[in-house]
Amino acid sequence: MNLEIAGLRLPLAPFVLDADARLGARITGLFGASGAGKTSLLEAVAGLRRPAAGRIVLDGAVLSDAARGVFLHPERRHIAYVPQDGALFPHLNVRQNLCYSHAAGRPGITYRHVVDVLDIGGLVERRVGALSGGERQRVAFGRAVLAGPRLLLLDEPLAGLDAELKRRVIPYLHTIRDAFGIPMIYVSHDADEIVGLCEEVVLLDRGRCVRRGTPAELFVASDAPHYVLRPG
Amino acid sequence: MSSPVWQVAWFTAWVAAAGTLVILPPGVALGWLLARRDWRGKALVETVVALPLVMPPVATGLVLLRLLGRRGLVGRWFEAVGGTGIVFTWRAVVIAAAVMSFPLLVRTARLAFEGVNPRFEQVARTLGAGPGRAFWTITLPLAARGLVAGTVLAFARALGEFGATVMVAGYIPGRTATLSLSIYHLVQLGRDDAAWGLLAVSAALAFGALGLSEILLRRKPA
Repeated sequence: MNLEIAGLRLPLAPFVLDADARLGARITGLFGASGAGKTSLLEAVAGLRRPAAGRIVLDGAVLSDAARGVFLHPERRHIAYVPQDGALFPHLNVRQNLCYSHAAGRPGITYRHVVDVLDIGGLVERRVGALSGGERQRVAFGRAVLAGPRLLLLDEPLAGLDAELKRRVIPYLHTIRDAFGIPMIYVSHDADEIVGLCEEVVLLDRGRCVRRGTPAELFVASDAPHYVLRPG
Repeated sequence: MSSPVWQVAWFTAWVAAAGTLVILPPGVALGWLLARRDWRGKALVETVVALPLVMPPVATGLVLLRLLGRRGLVGRWFEAVGGTGIVFTWRAVVIAAAVMSFPLLVRTARLAFEGVNPRFEQVARTLGAGPGRAFWTITLPLAARGLVAGTVLAFARALGEFGATVMVAGYIPGRTATLSLSIYHLVQLGRDDAAWGLLAVSAALAFGALGLSEILLRRKPA
């Protein structure tokens, strides 16, 4: 995966998101405080927000280029997006949610395989409202994976879960990466999650990409097993 | 009484249903546009649409009479194309009902769409659904309860419509006489007993509409 964000400008309420970044890892973390512009940046990549300026290029394909008036609509980007609450469609059951994308899929991504890998086989006939927080997120991951995306955007998907549930859900993200080979951008303001999951981290502060490096370069273990940002 | 009760009741239900059906597609579309899009002139359109709610119905009727009359913009065109007039016919009754119910439908449709988290549509788009598919498979089903409620409200408003109707359609037994017009006419003639009979029919129709909406709403839990 090679995502290039060049001169991206996106006017937000308190500041202007002004981002330049080149992301290439299998799981890239986007780290920053609440309100740093992380979600807006993801939305620009997903095609849910139209940037005022700049270019976004994924694996050589231009997704948006304000100068040339190029803006690919979200349904044509093949970038799946999982928001914080999963946003499962409440009027559809789990199976209908999983099958929503109609995607022909990519080699190696079948309904059976995804359901098995994420341990959601027993849930498929349930209504969305009857799922627990952890189940809900696994179904949301499964639905996104079944769209056969080139890139998976995860916006604080564990934020609503308690520590124990987080510990149990994180391995599923490793499995998605390894079993299906889908690169991910993982947004969080939780340093432990970022260190536990990501190979590369971009630090976002008030709309700017201020630092970039491996988790080891950016974070330091404090009160083990917890991590904090290295001063810099 | 000039028309049998059942005939008046049937005519009233029929024109109310026709008026509601006519405004359903534009009402839902406008409700969606107001809820989901920003556009130039939005505030003006909102105000114009709400006018029949706040103006005296008779005043709205007067405006309609101007527009639909033989020399009016719409009336002249309709007569040229259709070879027949609008005012003082069932068409005028339907149009009066439609115009008076339109703001209620638009308002409830707008609220229904605003109640649907746009995140669902956005996620549907990232899963490969175009705007049309996202609307039909996500937005519309999630707004369905509110839209059904709005439709019933519009129908109920149309059932009771009086002020605008009397201006554009008058009281012509067998042609434009609705329940409201007939009740008023009977009271004017001092035939209160017959008026009370029609009132019972009105109440039955209203109960029927509300009961139907309850059934529809229960079948589609959100």
